[in-house]
Amino acid sequence: MIRWGMVIDLDKCTACRACIIACQIENNIPPPSPEEAAKSRSIQWMRMVEHVEGEYPNLKSHIMPVPCMQCENPPCIKVCPVGATNKSREGIVDQVYGRCIGCRYCANACPYTIKSMNWYKPEWPKELMNSLNPDISVRPKGTIEKCLFCSHRIQKAKDKAKAEKREMTPDDYIPACAETCPSKAIYFGDLNDKDSIVAKLARNPRAFRLLEELGTEPNVYYLREGA
Amino acid sequence: MEALKPNEESGMEKNITKYRDDILYQPILKTSKTFYLSFAILSLVVLFAAFAYFKQFKYGLGVTGLNSPIFWGVYITNFVFFIGVSHAGTLISAILRISKAEWRRSITRSAEVITVLVLFFGLGNILIDLGRIDRLMIVILHGRFQSPLLWDVVSLTTYLTASSVYLFLPLIPDIALLRDRMQPGFRKGLYEVLSLGWVGTEKQIHYLEKGISIMAITVLPIAVSVHTVVSYVFSMTVQPMWHSSIFGPYFVAGAIFSGIAGIIVAMAVLRKVYHLEGYFREVHFNYLGILLLVMTCLWFYFTFCEYITVFYGNEPVEMSIFLEKMSGKYAPQFWLMVITCFVIPFTILANNKTRNVTGTVIASISVNIGMWLERFTIVVPTLMHPRLPYELGVYSPTWVEWSILMGCFALFAMIYMVFTKFFPIVSLWEVQEGREKARGEVTERLSTYLPPS
Repeated sequence: MIRWGMVIDLDKCTACRACIIACQIENNIPPPSPEEAAKSRSIQWMRMVEHVEGEYPNLKSHIMPVPCMQCENPPCIKVCPVGATNKSREGIVDQVYGRCIGCRYCANACPYTIKSMNWYKPEWPKELMNSLNPDISVRPKGTIEKCLFCSHRIQKAKDKAKAEKREMTPDDYIPACAETCPSKAIYFGDLNDKDSIVAKLARNPRAFRLLEELGTEPNVYYLREGA
Repeated sequence: MEALKPNEESGMEKNITKYRDDILYQPILKTSKTFYLSFAILSLVVLFAAFAYFKQFKYGLGVTGLNSPIFWGVYITNFVFFIGVSHAGTLISAILRISKAEWRRSITRSAEVITVLVLFFGLGNILIDLGRIDRLMIVILHGRFQSPLLWDVVSLTTYLTASSVYLFLPLIPDIALLRDRMQPGFRKGLYEVLSLGWVGTEKQIHYLEKGISIMAITVLPIAVSVHTVVSYVFSMTVQPMWHSSIFGPYFVAGAIFSGIAGIIVAMAVLRKVYHLEGYFREVHFNYLGILLLVMTCLWFYFTFCEYITVFYGNEPVEMSIFLEKMSGKYAPQFWLMVITCFVIPFTILANNKTRNVTGTVIASISVNIGMWLERFTIVVPTLMHPRLPYELGVYSPTWVEWSILMGCFALFAMIYMVFTKFFPIVSLWEVQEGREKARGEVTERLSTYLPPS
């Protein structure tokens, strides 16, 4: 069984935020109005976490892109009262928009705070309406959404492989952020395949995961900076 | 049915003091102008809250002050607060009944009504908080028991059922009294149905008493479970300052605390409005004041335990929230909570001279404000500081949230008022029973405590 995972090399990441833009376009994420953004209500599936240590001029700053960790043991699934978030067999934490009742319990339980709420009905500028991605649904108001590793692309990859009369391989599928990253800092693949690039990098001494002490077992790894 | 017999001895006007405890019938028989006026004002508040909710329903939760990462705010605070106040009826009534405290007789009814009514507001606030209220059926059709929210649904509905039965059972003989007294009409028909054919035979009394004592015992563990489960909603997550094993008992103690305060306020209002000084006497306020004092100390003890553990452990994620409450953005709310939940009630209630009607009422109002703030300072500051560095959340509730809170209080007062117009707010038969039987029973019981002479 495949277990999809991601490795983000922080040495290669330039914090250009191209992954965020690619994600917004791929997943039909509405751009927030300036007022809503000021209220910190913008929806982001991939976000840039900035952390500055020390005082000027002796600063040490960390910047890292953070998607959904797709935990092996996700705290969000435990608390959902209706099963609107659950785990796919390939390790992706799924959202069922049609079932979500909007209680936001999962958003509060997630230690990484990666879930977003649709506070209003999503709206796009007229010019963008024609470029919505037909492969992914537009989320209704009052529901929770989050990064799914572009799982709609898996179905596409499977269909393509079927048309070519072969089995789907991990190389057929890549999320939009990894595909876009100009400095190729985001690796994506099957963590269960020992020879895959992600499995190899996850065994790298530089590899770490966020808030590992909570036992959530994320499937997103990072490679430490400056090692 | 002693209470039905005319009280011949008193030589006062026949049609007013024809019955014993006549003043208890007055709210049902007569309605003053002040009642209609205050009812009208309250309904304006409720209408405004309904308008606010309609706005939220139409446009989404964006009309509130909520944002990322502060996903929960006033509504969840209200939910915890109202469920807490609902513990008034259970404690006063069930515990006092089981422990055979004779002074309970005139105050149980007004407490039990609070329980049942306020529970609806607790549940209601959770529903108001949902982004998709239209999908409510999914909770019933596809509910998953691993979520603490579903534990809430189960224990709350059980509690609502049990406390409604517990309110209704002691009401039956009173409804029968009213049925016998009413002129034929809609009211009489209503009481006819609700009295379930009560005539007060030995057998009926026996079963009623049995039923009441079974319910009094049943309702206690359910009540404890309800607020424990409410606290589990927070403590089952791994979020700093929510993930605490003390939360169950802490919430239950807080619930009983605000419950007693709620009943004292309600009694004071009833006493004033319906002239029930003879039924809600100084001694009732004094005894309830002592109970409130005990809970004040217990509240302080729990709060101290909770915060000293965090402070001494000194974990960075917990400390950022701790400091936010002690000296940061939520310091005003936190310290106001300490003053209103401990300093004010303790000073008033610990002094025999100030523990009178006015004193206990001031302490109770203060406690209820403080307990709302306590719930608020538990819910919001934790969400303000997520574990990962994040855009720091700032939460200021909007007019929608405030008007819905006001609407809840107004609607509660309205339903309570309507209840007093249909049913006696002091249990007629229990007061009567107290007059007739209790003295003998107490003397008998007392003789069993003392060494045989």
